[in-house]
Amino acid sequence: MDNKPSVWTSNRFWRRSATWVTGVSAVLLILLTFDSMAQMQMGTAQDIKNKVDKRIPSPVVINYKIDYQLNRKRGHEVPIIGGMDANGNSKYEEKEKFFGRDDYSEKEARALIHKGKLTIQAKNCMDCHTLLGNGAYYAPDLTKAWLDPTWETLAPAYGGKEYAMAKFLQNPPAMAMHERKMPNLGITKDEAKAVVAYLKFMSAIDTNGFPRNFGKIKGAVDARK
Amino acid sequence: MQGNNGQLYEGQKLALKYFTVAIVLFGAQLLFGLIAAIQFLYPGFLFNTLDFSIARIVHINALVVWLLYAMIGAVYWLLPDEAGREVVGVKLGNLAFYVLTAAVAVVVLVYLFIQVGPGNEMTTWLITEGREYIEAPRWADIGIVVVVLIFLYNVYATVMSGKKTGILAVLMADLIALAGLYLAGMFYTDNISVDQFWWWWVVHLWVEATWEVYVAAVGGYILIKTLNANRKVVEMWLWIEVAMMFGSGILGLGHHYFWIGTPEYWWEIGALFSALEPVPLVGLFVHVLYDWGKERGKGNTIKNVPAFAWLTVETFGNFLGAGVWGFMHTLPQINLYTHGTQWPAAHGHLAFFGAYVAIMIAAIYLGVQGKAGLKELKMTKAGWWAITLITVGVLLMTVSLTLSAYVQTMVERGMYGGTWEGYFVAQANQWFVQGLGWRLATGLMVIAGYVFLVYDLLTCTKKQPAEVYEASGAAAAA
Repeated sequence: MDNKPSVWTSNRFWRRSATWVTGVSAVLLILLTFDSMAQMQMGTAQDIKNKVDKRIPSPVVINYKIDYQLNRKRGHEVPIIGGMDANGNSKYEEKEKFFGRDDYSEKEARALIHKGKLTIQAKNCMDCHTLLGNGAYYAPDLTKAWLDPTWETLAPAYGGKEYAMAKFLQNPPAMAMHERKMPNLGITKDEAKAVVAYLKFMSAIDTNGFPRNFGKIKGAVDARK
Repeated sequence: MQGNNGQLYEGQKLALKYFTVAIVLFGAQLLFGLIAAIQFLYPGFLFNTLDFSIARIVHINALVVWLLYAMIGAVYWLLPDEAGREVVGVKLGNLAFYVLTAAVAVVVLVYLFIQVGPGNEMTTWLITEGREYIEAPRWADIGIVVVVLIFLYNVYATVMSGKKTGILAVLMADLIALAGLYLAGMFYTDNISVDQFWWWWVVHLWVEATWEVYVAAVGGYILIKTLNANRKVVEMWLWIEVAMMFGSGILGLGHHYFWIGTPEYWWEIGALFSALEPVPLVGLFVHVLYDWGKERGKGNTIKNVPAFAWLTVETFGNFLGAGVWGFMHTLPQINLYTHGTQWPAAHGHLAFFGAYVAIMIAAIYLGVQGKAGLKELKMTKAGWWAITLITVGVLLMTVSLTLSAYVQTMVERGMYGGTWEGYFVAQANQWFVQGLGWRLATGLMVIAGYVFLVYDLLTCTKKQPAEVYEASGAAAAA
């Protein structure tokens, strides 16, 4: 009888398997990454004019009214930019003043969100808050902060929620909402405006329905309808 | 374990330096974790002096950096032993060690005393990049790359001119992936979705792929050293684990791509491959117990009891923390509600401890044994207290955080749809607060265990039974 050892205890077999499995997984990941990158490219002002949905829209969305509503077809909430038509899709028409203006050019809007994101990083926001659900859990999620009902209630006293948010950011302890206060991080007036612009822009990112049921009445799915 | 005439290799002396800094940074991690845990319960604690964000940066960065120190140290420890020759470029390696340590010290001092900067590019270059886990400013990133390149050179040059074992082959392939992935986190973009997409290449592909494979290789080495395990069997299992870990871990990346602006197909990919991720962890677990049972009957004593005990903690902790606790909230249907709550915190604490901390402590015990030149290292009382307090402490901490996480998910996400009001209502829930209270108590337990650990690492070789010394004396004489 041939005393050939089993392939299942052969180091050579497992070494080759490991190499192949790793190689195939890595190639698949790279291909998927190319596709994801294409789909995640930031949109342009032209896209908004042409009413094209982008996962990450152009920063000029800060000129528009933004909402977050259930999409029957996709089965979860999606950002609604510029009001809703009869089918529940974005109309890209209804504007909304942002610090008194609704005509920020693509260049101006991009400059604002550039400064906004740099400020978010420079102040380590992610080490207390979560952004898109990632970060620390010491303070509320900022993914849809722009749409949070808290700001709707504060808006009238400050002449609009963007003013309330900017005021808060410049001296958080003075407007503390909770015992767990946000510290004063030396955020300037310009930086505060840029951060608010970033938060508005971020609320228009299509997050596949996260957070679920956002802002709806307690306990009911899509209960706002 | 030693080179000729019972002396340590220079590479192993360098390893001991890395181990020393690692243990010091481990202490820093626990201290700042304690501060953060206190702030969750008493928000006024150190407010405006050392805010939560700063305590947390030091907590998580110290964790990552001490594990990397211990990993580099463990490689420098086993490299000359496996390759059968002195580490090539050990002087360069020493220089890199001092450069890295000085850089780490500067970065920590900047975190503590400068903390934040204005919202411009200068801040990301000099103070912080503000991106969780990889907050280090860009100058430090570049420095780390240089240090890692020196490390890689030393490993490759040493193996090329020495013995090429299966363990070293896996390590060489793995270390180049680990170093390469760090580059994916070193650029700036205004697009936060793209930012997080690549950020996960560093964080996930490190922690759930390259680090796991690294741990399997070092675990194999420790088994050979502590149990005289059959090298062929260990190396066969190592390749099986590499196949399973990379096979599940690389595309398991998808479970971080559910909600950050990525296409929906990541739901299925992430769900499938991250569900497979616990599989190799079971393999590792079965493997170690099997080897233990097999070798035990042969009158073969365990050569380093503390190292083997910590390796056993690693197999249980890795399986429970990374496997079970990870799987509990990894499916998109569940993750939609648990993402961004205390669930990941509960999972993260046990997973990091189980998968990495325990095995790095095992490797450090090998260093302690080798430094003293002992044939065998027995468990001391302090060593027993260290492993018990730390392991039980982290387990209970995980259970506490899970309790809080459960309440948070139900109240904040289920009832209030993820609003800020819901967030604060959940944070005030008495069960949530109670969970955090237990977390603080168990954190103190871990710190007590750390004190025993440091004491034991410094003194355990002096407290060995007489026969162990005789054996080593005989070995030295031979």
